[in-house]
Amino acid sequence: MIQFTPSTDVDFVIIGSGAAGGIMAKQLSTNGFKVVVLEQGGWGKYGKEHEYTKDEWLNDHPSPEDRLMSDPSRQRNTFRRNDKENATAGTHSYGCVVGGGTVTYGGSSWRHLPWEFNELSHVGPIAGSGLADWPITYDELEPYYTQAEWEMGISGKRVNSPFVAPMSKDYPVPPVPLKASGALFEMGAAKLGLTVVNGPIAIISQPYMGRSGCVNCGMCSGFGCHVKARSSSAVTMIPLAVASGNCEVRVNSYVREISTDASGRVTGVTYFDKDKKEVFQKAKAVVLSANAGESARLLLMSKSARFPQGLANSSGVVGRYLMLGNTVNVSGIMDQPLNDYKGVVTGAGIVDFVPSDPKRGFYGGGRMTARGFDTPINYGLRGLHPDSPKWGAGYKKALMAEANHKFTITSFVTQQPLETNRVDLDPQVKDDWGLPALRITSTSHADDFKSMEFFRQKSIEILEAVGAKRIWAGPVSDSRGGAHNRGTCRMGNDPKTSVVNKFNRAHDVPNLFIVDGSNLVTGGRNHPTMTIQALAFRAADNIIRNARRGTLNNL
Amino acid sequence: MRPQQRSRRQFLIESVAGLGGAWVAANYAGIMEAQAFVQQAAGSGQPIKLAFFTEAQAAEVDAMAAQIIPSDATPGAREAHVINFIDRALVTFEKNQQQAYVKGLQELDTQTKTLFPVAPRFSALTAEQQVQVLTAMEKTPFFNLVRTHTVTGFFASPIHGGNYNKVGWKLVNYDDSLNHKPPFGYYDAQPLPRR
Repeated sequence: MIQFTPSTDVDFVIIGSGAAGGIMAKQLSTNGFKVVVLEQGGWGKYGKEHEYTKDEWLNDHPSPEDRLMSDPSRQRNTFRRNDKENATAGTHSYGCVVGGGTVTYGGSSWRHLPWEFNELSHVGPIAGSGLADWPITYDELEPYYTQAEWEMGISGKRVNSPFVAPMSKDYPVPPVPLKASGALFEMGAAKLGLTVVNGPIAIISQPYMGRSGCVNCGMCSGFGCHVKARSSSAVTMIPLAVASGNCEVRVNSYVREISTDASGRVTGVTYFDKDKKEVFQKAKAVVLSANAGESARLLLMSKSARFPQGLANSSGVVGRYLMLGNTVNVSGIMDQPLNDYKGVVTGAGIVDFVPSDPKRGFYGGGRMTARGFDTPINYGLRGLHPDSPKWGAGYKKALMAEANHKFTITSFVTQQPLETNRVDLDPQVKDDWGLPALRITSTSHADDFKSMEFFRQKSIEILEAVGAKRIWAGPVSDSRGGAHNRGTCRMGNDPKTSVVNKFNRAHDVPNLFIVDGSNLVTGGRNHPTMTIQALAFRAADNIIRNARRGTLNNL
Repeated sequence: MRPQQRSRRQFLIESVAGLGGAWVAANYAGIMEAQAFVQQAAGSGQPIKLAFFTEAQAAEVDAMAAQIIPSDATPGAREAHVINFIDRALVTFEKNQQQAYVKGLQELDTQTKTLFPVAPRFSALTAEQQVQVLTAMEKTPFFNLVRTHTVTGFFASPIHGGNYNKVGWKLVNYDDSLNHKPPFGYYDAQPLPRR
């Protein structure tokens, strides 16, 4: 791997190596630009993926250098419901390794539907909601969805349905197995007149581009993939970036500031290396791809005389319109075994309720997914029916009776962007690097709670239709953090109400690009990764085109 | 270092796949001792060398575990050697819980003597009496910690000392081959169209 000195004025520093950062690194470096990628986490098992552990206990207790997610005891964060509350310690975490969250995610790769790019025009204003139209259309993004699906490697089956985004090309790899839970979805859907589709998943069901197909090991979401079947940035984009000879990936690099000069242009970034020593890396331009929470925090930390509210924040919108990701889980016990611990987390979705319906009396929709994911320790500790005994002879009996018989439906539900839901800098709590901790302030819109309740009821209907017994569904609750965080640097045409333009360039800073989930104007149905990836391919295309026309210094 | 030691160390490091080298080095002594203990325990009838507990403490925790997942027609925590897992965990991954056990075992003793003043210790009680003591304690952080460790030891990979002969996995029909082909269960094996 090529190495640059910090004083080398590289073309781009990319902050983050996940869903978006990996793509930016590969696209820019293979097009001849000199790139340094700064990643907070370590290498993971990059290049020796067969060493990824499938030992549940070890995976739950990683050594510091084997961590795949951020550590809330070091990357501290706080949470509060609203401005009146004092924030308390939060559990928010995110992918923190070369490849970011794509190293461990479930891999759901749904596109947003065409109307999800102009929901405001589509449904009209909603009181208390910051719903807005995107500055781009589905048609503008469609070629990049296709590019992402084919370059990353997505398994799936193209369908013609009003509930699924239209595609110009098939998926490159056939779908992953439907699983027993998916078969139950089919049975329930047949009775209730619903539509089941194979989930588009970033896990290859067959060999593709030199990688092995999934062996359905079952130690899936939350684990690194030992056969490289999960199409993470770490096995798809980063190796190509490194092979270009133009890209250096620097791990354990914790960025604390994006630096600017008197003219308001970015000059480079300051980060802590693995020994917490400060390093300034010079760059002609910066791409910020650190995830919605971290990208906004870094901008807010990058204050200067010229940017007193934080970098790229003349609008005051940085950090706002945060969407964390609401889900609803409902389970029941089936007569026959599902053995759903085998295979990927989810193989099938029911998509009829993706669109909203005014008749329901609220705005929102969602995607129902058939889940079954009980690794043995998790099953023993948390997997049983809540009314089953917790210990003793009764517990053991329940362990045996319920094992592999649980059918869970997880719905991924709309969360509207609200101006008041946001991340900012905690005034008291510091992270392990002495920087202000991320503070999350969030309460979902009343409609979002109604949406969750709707999916709770629909899930019960489906479970009943397939004969599930002892159905349980706790009261709905909204998210307090996690890897699906979106918004915070929304895209738009108006510099007064948005942070980046339609090509991901910061309105206020010509040589700063923000490319990650923070750009999402609306959150879709809480399946963000494929849209983040498509936006990254599109942003890279435009940066490359512009840079070729002039020079990077004129960006 | 003698070659024999080196190879044993190497074996250990490889056997704890997924641990980073530096972390293993830093915690080497504890892991080494625990590993030797597990190997010892695997041989039937061998006296067990404990890494953290005294013999008396181990007997108490073992008795608790045996009530959390009892042995009946099928193996329980005792047959799974859960006590080996907990003892080992307390010198490795769960080091920070050592004091919780020392303090918790005193609570167990107090609760035992409250309900059964003449009993010498919890492990000397009948099964019914033990259930009574634990029922009185089931909302305490210590009981929850032992429950978590018992269940974890029962279902974690046998390499960590418990789940001996995979009895935990066998109890819930978990196939640990990590390589599966569909159909996985009953419903996806049904012919199409599924109704």
